[in-house]
Amino acid sequence: MSLNQTIIRGALLGVLAATLASCASTPEGQTGTAQAEAAKVDPAAAKKAALMSSFETSGQAGMDRLEQDHMQRFCSEYEGRPVPAEDAKKIAADATAGVRFPEDGDFFGDWHNGEWIAKTGKGMQSNDDPSEPNGGNCYACHQMADEEIAYGTLGPPLRHYGKLRGTSEAILRYTWTRLWNSHVYNTCSHMPRFGASGILTEQQLKDVMAYLFDPASPVNQTLETAAMEQAQ
Amino acid sequence: MTMKTLSGTLLATALAMAASSATGAEDDIFAQYRAMFGDDNPAELTEFQGEDLWNEVRGPKQVSLEQCDLGLGAGVVEGAYAQLPRWFEDAGKVMDLETRLLYCMETVQGMDVTELRQHPFSEQGQPQTDLEALSAYIAAQSKGMPIAVPQDHPAERAAFEMGREQFNFRAGPHDFSCATCHGQSGKRIRLQSLLQLNEPEGAKASFSAWPAYRIAQGAVRTYEWRMADCARQQRLPGLVHGSPAAIGLITYLGVLANGAEMDAPGLKR
Amino acid sequence: MGNPMRIRAVTADGNTTVKVLMSHPMETGLRKDSEGNLVPAHHITTVTATHNDKTVLTAEWGAAVSQNPFLEFSFAGGAPGDKVSVHWVDNQGDSRTDETVLK
Repeated sequence: MSLNQTIIRGALLGVLAATLASCASTPEGQTGTAQAEAAKVDPAAAKKAALMSSFETSGQAGMDRLEQDHMQRFCSEYEGRPVPAEDAKKIAADATAGVRFPEDGDFFGDWHNGEWIAKTGKGMQSNDDPSEPNGGNCYACHQMADEEIAYGTLGPPLRHYGKLRGTSEAILRYTWTRLWNSHVYNTCSHMPRFGASGILTEQQLKDVMAYLFDPASPVNQTLETAAMEQAQ
Repeated sequence: MTMKTLSGTLLATALAMAASSATGAEDDIFAQYRAMFGDDNPAELTEFQGEDLWNEVRGPKQVSLEQCDLGLGAGVVEGAYAQLPRWFEDAGKVMDLETRLLYCMETVQGMDVTELRQHPFSEQGQPQTDLEALSAYIAAQSKGMPIAVPQDHPAERAAFEMGREQFNFRAGPHDFSCATCHGQSGKRIRLQSLLQLNEPEGAKASFSAWPAYRIAQGAVRTYEWRMADCARQQRLPGLVHGSPAAIGLITYLGVLANGAEMDAPGLKR
Repeated sequence: MGNPMRIRAVTADGNTTVKVLMSHPMETGLRKDSEGNLVPAHHITTVTATHNDKTVLTAEWGAAVSQNPFLEFSFAGGAPGDKVSVHWVDNQGDSRTDETVLK
C-alpha cells in the first residue's frame, strides 16, 4: 500500500468530519479514494461537499445560487419524466400562490422596451454588471417578430401573439402568469420564472406584455406592415 | 513596379455571418465553411506550440513532459486523449487531460502551476496558455481513434454518476441545468443548433470535437473551458477547473461517446 | 518576426493549390479591452506569394480579415522541388516569411 493510501485510510479512522472538511477545501480532491469512503458513510454530505468544492463565487454569481428550492430539486430528479402527482401539485400550488399581478391593474408598458428585453441575453451572469437592467432573452427560445430571423426553437412560437388571442382579461392574466412563473401551467417547464425569480422587474414584464399584445408591435405585424408602421 | 494579380482562385476567411433562413440552415452554411478548410484548422498552429512544450526541458527538475504518464504509460501520447478521463493510481483520483497535464507539470517537472490552475485559459487577443497548447497537441494525437473512456474503477463509475446528476441539476435564478438546453434533440438556441448530450449520438458529436478552434474566440478552447462557459451562461457561480463536477460531466459525456472516432481539435463558430 | 505560418502545397493536373494558415491577431482597432480601452489596430496589410521567386499572388488586406487568417489560392504550374514562399507585412511594421518545397 502506497504512502498516500496509508494516510487516507488513517485519516478515515480518525474524525470523518475533519476528512470531509479538508477534502471540501481543496479544489480537486473529491473523485478519489477518500470521497468513495466518505460517500459510503454519508452519501448526501459527500455529494454536497463535492458540489460546493466544484464552484466558487464569481462576480454577482454567489454560492447561494446552488441551493435548490423545491421545484428545482424535484424537476432535476425527474428530468424527462413526469413528477409524482403530490410533488407536481405542490410545485403548481407554490407557483400559483407566488404570482403578483400589477398593482395598478395595467398590464401594458412600452413595446420598444419589450423588444430590447426580448432581444437581450445579458443579465445575472457572473460577468454581467448587476447595476445594468437584465434582458429576458426571449428570442433564445421563441419565434416572435417576423423581422427577427435569429430565433430559437426551445419554446413554442409566439408569432402574432396578441393578434391571434385578443386582449381579454383572461388572456392577459394567463400571459402575465406565464411570464411570472410558467410552472403554474406546465410543471417543470424549462422557462425561467421571470417574475417569481426577480429576473425582470414589474415594469419590464409590462413592456414584454406590450411587445406581445400591442397591434403596433412587430410581433403582431408582417414584414410589409412593419415597414409601413416604421415609415409613419 | 507593377503589382501583379494572380490568375487563379483566391479564398480568404472572414467571419461567417450566417444570417440564413430560420430553418437551421446555418448548419449547412457552416458545413460548407468547414469544407473550405478541408483538413486545415487554425488549431494546428496551437498544436505545434503544444508539441514544443511537451518536448521542452522545463521546470526545477529540468525534464520534459515525456516522463508524463497520460494513462497509457510514460510518454505515450498516441491514443491517450481518447481514453480520458480515467483513474490515476499515483494521484488517487479520476483526472481529465487538463488536470493530468497540470499534475505532470507539477510532479514531473516540479513547476508551480498555481497561476495556471487559476487562469487556465487565455483572454481574447492573448497568446494561448501552456495548458491550451498542450491540450491541442495531445488531443490531436488521438485523431481517428475510438473513444474509450474507462469505467473499470469505482471512482470512474462514481465520476460518471456525478456527471449524470450534475447534468440534470437545475439551479440558479434561471433554473437552468445542462438538460434545459441539451436534454432534447432537434432544438436550437437563437440560430445555434443544440446537441442532445444525454444520449450517445449527441455525446459522440460533442466529445469527439473538443478541444476546438473557436472562430469567435480566435483561439483553441478546451472541454473544461466549454463546461465553465456553460455554467456562466446558466447563471451559476464559477465552475472550478478540474473540480469533481467538471471531471464528472466530462466523464459522463465521454462514456456516452464511447465508440465514436476522436476528431479533435475541431473547428467551431 | 511574426508567428510561424503553416503552408501546404499540392500539385495536380498542372495546377498547384496552396493553403496557408497564418497566426495573427488581426485587430481592427475598433475593439475595446475589458477595461474599456481601444485595442490598437494590428493587422496584416500586404501578402505576397512567390513560386521559385516569381510572384504569383499579391493581396492587400485590412481589418475585415479575421484573426488567424486562412488563405487558399492556386497557380498554374509547379513541379517537385519548386519553392513556394509566403510573405506578409502588417501595419505595425512586423513581417513574416515562410516557405515550403513542392513534393
